[in-house]
Amino acid sequence: MTSNTHRILIIEDDPVIRRFIRSSLEDEGCEVYEADTAARGLIEAGTRQPTLLILDLGLPDRDGREVIQDIRTWSQMPIIVLSARTQEHEKVAALDAGADDYLVKPFGVSELLARVRAQFRRNAAPGRDDLPVFSFGEITVDIPQHRITRQGEEIHLTPIEYRLLAALIRNHGRVLTHRQLMIDAWGPGYAERTHYLRIYMKQLREKLEHNPAQPQFLLTETGVGYRLQS
Amino acid sequence: MTEQRPDPDRLLAVLERERELATRGRLKIFFGACAGVGKTYAMLSAARQKHSEGAQVLIGIVETHGRSETAALLEGLTLLPRREVQYRGHTLTEFDLDAALAKKPPLIVVDELAHTNIEGSRHRKRWQDVEELLAAGIDVWTAVNVQHLESLNDVVGSITGIRVHETVPDRIYECADEVSLVDLPPEELQNRLKAGKVYLGDAAERAAENFFRTGNLIALRELALRRTADRVDAQMRAYRADRAIERVWQTRDRLMVCIGSSEGSETLVRNAARMASHLQAEWIAASVETPGMAGESEARRARRLQALKLADSLGAEVCTLTAVDAAQALVRFAVSRNVSKLILGRARRNLWQRLLQPSLLDRLAATEHELELVVVGLPRRKIARETPPQRLPIRWQGYVWAIFICVATTALAGLLLSVFDLANVVMVFLLAVVGVALRFGRGPGALAACLSVASFDFFFVPPRLTFTVNDTQYFFTFALMLIVALVIGQLAAKLKFEAVTAATREHRSIQQAELSRALSAALSTEQIVEIALQHLAGIFHAHISILLPDANDRVRPAHEARKDFADLAVAQWVFDHDQMAGHGTTTLPATQARYLPLRAPMRVRGVLGILPGKDTALDAPEMTRQIEICIGQIAQALERVHYVEVAQDALVTMESERLRNALLAAISHDLRTPLTGLVGMADTLAARQPHRAPEREMILGMRDTAHRLVALVTNLLDMARLQTGRIQLKRDWCAVEEIIETATRQLATQLAGHPLETHIAPDLPLCKFDPVLIERVMVNLLDNAAKYTPAGSTVWITAKLARGMLEVRVEDEGPGLPAGSEERLFTKFERGASESAQPGVGLGLAICRAIVNAHGGNITARNRPGGGACFSFRLPLGEAPDTEDMETT
Repeated sequence: MTSNTHRILIIEDDPVIRRFIRSSLEDEGCEVYEADTAARGLIEAGTRQPTLLILDLGLPDRDGREVIQDIRTWSQMPIIVLSARTQEHEKVAALDAGADDYLVKPFGVSELLARVRAQFRRNAAPGRDDLPVFSFGEITVDIPQHRITRQGEEIHLTPIEYRLLAALIRNHGRVLTHRQLMIDAWGPGYAERTHYLRIYMKQLREKLEHNPAQPQFLLTETGVGYRLQS
Repeated sequence: MTEQRPDPDRLLAVLERERELATRGRLKIFFGACAGVGKTYAMLSAARQKHSEGAQVLIGIVETHGRSETAALLEGLTLLPRREVQYRGHTLTEFDLDAALAKKPPLIVVDELAHTNIEGSRHRKRWQDVEELLAAGIDVWTAVNVQHLESLNDVVGSITGIRVHETVPDRIYECADEVSLVDLPPEELQNRLKAGKVYLGDAAERAAENFFRTGNLIALRELALRRTADRVDAQMRAYRADRAIERVWQTRDRLMVCIGSSEGSETLVRNAARMASHLQAEWIAASVETPGMAGESEARRARRLQALKLADSLGAEVCTLTAVDAAQALVRFAVSRNVSKLILGRARRNLWQRLLQPSLLDRLAATEHELELVVVGLPRRKIARETPPQRLPIRWQGYVWAIFICVATTALAGLLLSVFDLANVVMVFLLAVVGVALRFGRGPGALAACLSVASFDFFFVPPRLTFTVNDTQYFFTFALMLIVALVIGQLAAKLKFEAVTAATREHRSIQQAELSRALSAALSTEQIVEIALQHLAGIFHAHISILLPDANDRVRPAHEARKDFADLAVAQWVFDHDQMAGHGTTTLPATQARYLPLRAPMRVRGVLGILPGKDTALDAPEMTRQIEICIGQIAQALERVHYVEVAQDALVTMESERLRNALLAAISHDLRTPLTGLVGMADTLAARQPHRAPEREMILGMRDTAHRLVALVTNLLDMARLQTGRIQLKRDWCAVEEIIETATRQLATQLAGHPLETHIAPDLPLCKFDPVLIERVMVNLLDNAAKYTPAGSTVWITAKLARGMLEVRVEDEGPGLPAGSEERLFTKFERGASESAQPGVGLGLAICRAIVNAHGGNITARNRPGGGACFSFRLPLGEAPDTEDMETT
């Protein structure tokens, strides 16, 4: 977030929250726009062309999920949603609709900045989707060749494990819901069998993580899904 | 091979029996031939033996009859104080059932099973007290003599010439778990008697003369021995049947005893009971009500009912048939019920009776059937002269009409004679007789027949105006006329009886149908009570009371009852024991009213009290049946309404749950939004690092307070959510290591100063729980570990399988828990040290417990042996998930 200026749009109905998000992001050198309703927010998003959107899910005029779906029809900009802690299904719905990450209210400034930076980093990677080689930690993944190595040493993955990893790599830095991962790795008929996912994630961690009990890259988002953090 | 396999139904029955026995107390009977054989002595010796083995034995009641050796045995044993009862100015003592039930000893000794309790006790007989003790799970030892067994009562009476009125139903003896025979040869018993060890003083000699004759003693001893042998035999048979040692005999005998109203009916019933128990057969006691019995005397009717009641108490199925021909009805019924043997009594009858009325036996013998008839000779007793049987109220009008019609017929015949022949005129008389018999019944019919014959003879048969008859053929006419008239009269009377019976039956069924219709429309308990009171009072001609249980199962009258009527204690007993009690029963018979349990399919729903009017015979079979039907209907209606209420409650609960959730969500949102602002602003300010020290301090303080406030509000809201209503778990198959991972990540800052050691068993399966809630438990436990331990101390997390459950443990090296507070910690607003400097209100562990309990697990706290605290929770694993086609694609 250093050289080029980022334009950030905040859609949030509480002025105090808007205010502190704005000031902390401006401290980081971002250009910040505000909107207090979904209708206003969509207009702002269309005219200002922000590079990142922070969206509150509890807007007075429209459901946050609809706003996301609306924006996803014309833009792939990263979206971070703000939600109440206990409403897991709301978060999952927002992520399924196309949001990239979420923050639980009340959150600290440091948490907010970390998430924002992560999204910028992800976008900054040149041609991120068709990158031939992806690496995290000691692991290198050669995508065209389906080859995974740790410090040059090859690691064997089953087809499902590979598909799972590939889905996470394609969306690294984003939170992927259980549903999205199940559909990517097994196909649409398996969306409800989340225990498959748990078993395979465990295997994947055992193969790729240094300490599977305290993973550094393949992270769990309780009740929501997983995320690959590079 | 296959035919030796036990029948599954039988096995089920055995299991059922064993389960019943497991909760019931065990009954041991010390059984003797007569008084003085040493039953009490043997029983107390055995009790002492038990006592010395360390078992707890309570002496409920023991009569020592002043025998010093027996009294000596009581020393050192715990005696239950007797209840004092005031009876006709005397203070008597009695066994204290309530005290015994309250003490609930494992074993109680209650002597003299056949004893009759003093009036005003709960039960009339001591064996009923014993039954209640057994039902409460208390083992009972008791003693009884052979002459007290109900079915042997007659036999012993006829042997010894002394009737005993204190009897015990045979089923008590047969259901006893153990019977110990106390035997003493007659000579020794007589020696003991002479030595004054049995009774004292003059009584001993009188008793010896009457009762303790050698002949008597031998007979009694034989009876006792044989009865015990029978029992052993039956046990052996049951054992063989249960284990299919030989092929089970499939067809069971069924006996039917026909009860009339003669003197010896009770003897007949006892005989039948003995026979049935001997054959291990079911038996039915049947009595037939015929038109001839319409005018039955009260005494005969009472005798019949008494015999039926006795049969019921001896385990028979009792039924009353209504028919014109008793023999046919009995045979039909017997065939329909698969009865193989008919038992009936034969009373001695005089020649006249034998000629006029063929006995039931003769009629049965004449009927075609394949039943085996067993005839029991009934003893002839000196019968007090009975009041002549009461006839139906005589309707004088009938006779007056008969005379009047005869006169009119005579006049008419006189007129007709001028036109018709005498032979035809007779027909007019016949018509008149038939008419009278049909209209007014047998008596007037017979009178009309006689008058017609006389008038015909007097006025029309030559020589006229005398009773002299010239032509003998007229005698034939008279005889024919008389016979026709009488036969028609008889037929008419039968017709009338059947019409009356049918009308009564119809009346009853109409009443019943009305009750059932009214009940089916009832929507509330109050309505049911009102309907029941209205209808039952009409049906039974009695005062009715309905008592319903409250939330604590205490029965209360459901309406304004008469003050002297509803006896709550009795009703409560009835409700608790699901047995009727009160007036006319053997339990608390001194009560004015009778109380019956309202038994519905699921449970007893209440109690019905009936205060019978002057001429209400509650024990009449048809009445009993009617009461049963009514009770069933009311109970079912009550149950139906109960379930409707349950369903409504569930609806209301669901609605309020929904409201509560909506409210909580709203509050949660409204609290969190300003908090987010507060925390965010404080964070922003702190991040700017103001230069002036006091300002910086204030800003940092503000930030920390805001964070604490967040934690507090989060906890409070969580607790509110968990406390109000049911916790809705979103269970999913989860890996506990993921929960540990996210929890430690969330608390990264708090745990920064503590080395963390995680041990997760390698082959831990997935477990079904709500990941968000269990994460909350984990976070709270780790937060506590971080909060209450000095920086730099290690925190251990262990996850493993323990006894089929997932166990997660969080241990620390801190100061540990205050002794004795391990349980208290989990209550709300409870903290380890009461005035700790650490912030928080002590909700964390209460939340943990609520969550873990909702999962069907448990959470505990203890101190580690090496210092520090250890919190651990266990969760049920759930059934392993289906992983069939995990790697198919």
